[in-house]
Amino acid sequence: MIAVIDYKAGNLTSVVKALNFLGAQTLVTQDPEVVRVAPKVVLPGVGHFQATSLLGELGLTEAVRKSVAKGAWFLGICVGLQWLFEGSTEAPGVAGLGHFAGRCERFPALFGGAELKSPHVGWNSLEGVRADSRLLRGVKDGGFVYYTHSWRAPVVEATAAVTEYGGAFTAVVERENVMGVQFHPEKSSAVGLQVLRNFVEL
Amino acid sequence: MLTKRVIACLDVRDGRVVKGVQFVDIVDAGDPAELAHRHAAAGADEIVLLDITATHEGRGTLLDTVKRAAARLFVPFTVGGGIRSAEDAAAVFDAGADKVSINSSAIARPELIGEIGGSFGAQAVIVAIDARRGDRGAEDAEVFVSGGRKATGLRVVDWAREAEERGAGEILLTSMDTDGMRSGFDCELTAMVSSAVQIPVIASGGAGTAGHFVDVFGRGKADAALAASIFHFGVTDSRELKAELQRAGVAVRLPC
Repeated sequence: MIAVIDYKAGNLTSVVKALNFLGAQTLVTQDPEVVRVAPKVVLPGVGHFQATSLLGELGLTEAVRKSVAKGAWFLGICVGLQWLFEGSTEAPGVAGLGHFAGRCERFPALFGGAELKSPHVGWNSLEGVRADSRLLRGVKDGGFVYYTHSWRAPVVEATAAVTEYGGAFTAVVERENVMGVQFHPEKSSAVGLQVLRNFVEL
Repeated sequence: MLTKRVIACLDVRDGRVVKGVQFVDIVDAGDPAELAHRHAAAGADEIVLLDITATHEGRGTLLDTVKRAAARLFVPFTVGGGIRSAEDAAAVFDAGADKVSINSSAIARPELIGEIGGSFGAQAVIVAIDARRGDRGAEDAEVFVSGGRKATGLRVVDWAREAEERGAGEILLTSMDTDGMRSGFDCELTAMVSSAVQIPVIASGGAGTAGHFVDVFGRGKADAALAASIFHFGVTDSRELKAELQRAGVAVRLPC
């Protein structure tokens, strides 16, 4: 069973639908007890980093911390990936989980002397896919995934793949049982379904 | 590299996909859910479903159609038509849409853009602009609403800028002058809007050949381009189209 955390940030329907399509059983929840005992947890998310403040208020941050400490598999999607870092300039007063070092920042308005459009919307490629990534098993460099975001996480030691847009940012982060993807696997056609299947089959 | 998006559009009336020329002369092109899946399988980067008669007939979006189309659709899915409130938008998202496209209702009450964005994120709000310029220059193109039936007196560029300021995630710009003509996109108008805003601009109206897409992605500075009729009747599919674009040097999602 996969606990899908509902923190009232955007739309869970697509993520749940994709997981169910792959044969996974899901439970959409706000209950810290459910999260604490679930063998797998997914934190979806589109929208504003501010929304993650509800995770602290509901006791879900602590529940996730305990759950991953005892080895549960965790997957953060989009803002769910960003939340794994220390925070974001999008909502400076809201702390992330701090599982990975660094803060998320907005795309620069200018890059290489040219204007950079923001948000970064559309299909972009994964590069530097780490061979030992469990989440990216079967996914190759150049595989296309769908993005829509204005803030991005820095490249860190645990980065398992990057994407280039105004420089490289973390597309996938993975260290042992804690994983995150900046793109939307539920909207990324065959490559996205492969990523979710890898998570379901862990 | 960020690729240019090829978007397949389904105009739906009374539960069937239809296609008109310059917003009238409707012909039947099939079942929305079936066509949505077929387009996704054929390599479309996104699917847009527009309930083209919802606004002027004053009824809500066809949620069942949305639900059926959204089932097993694992590419971004946008729904427009008849969305007049944040509640209407929520129902469409619940049915499986990833983004909503608002047009007449955003002109009538621009606060709606921020209201939907506030609950579902800016990325979920596309402001659709129907533009007509006739013999005038692109800078004088005017915004029309209610399926192209009513002039607003607003200049397209001004409204695009306001929509961005109010929190739109993307602009879907349809040229009424070229819509359904298969004679090419209005590149001049598209480039003007694309340069005026930071958010992505989806060009629409006039797709007939792969060369038209090359033009609108180059000269037109479009981030994405939308087409309907050239796909529906098997003239080409997205994969063939994208292969041609790639040969012309446009970055596209291939293989797909």
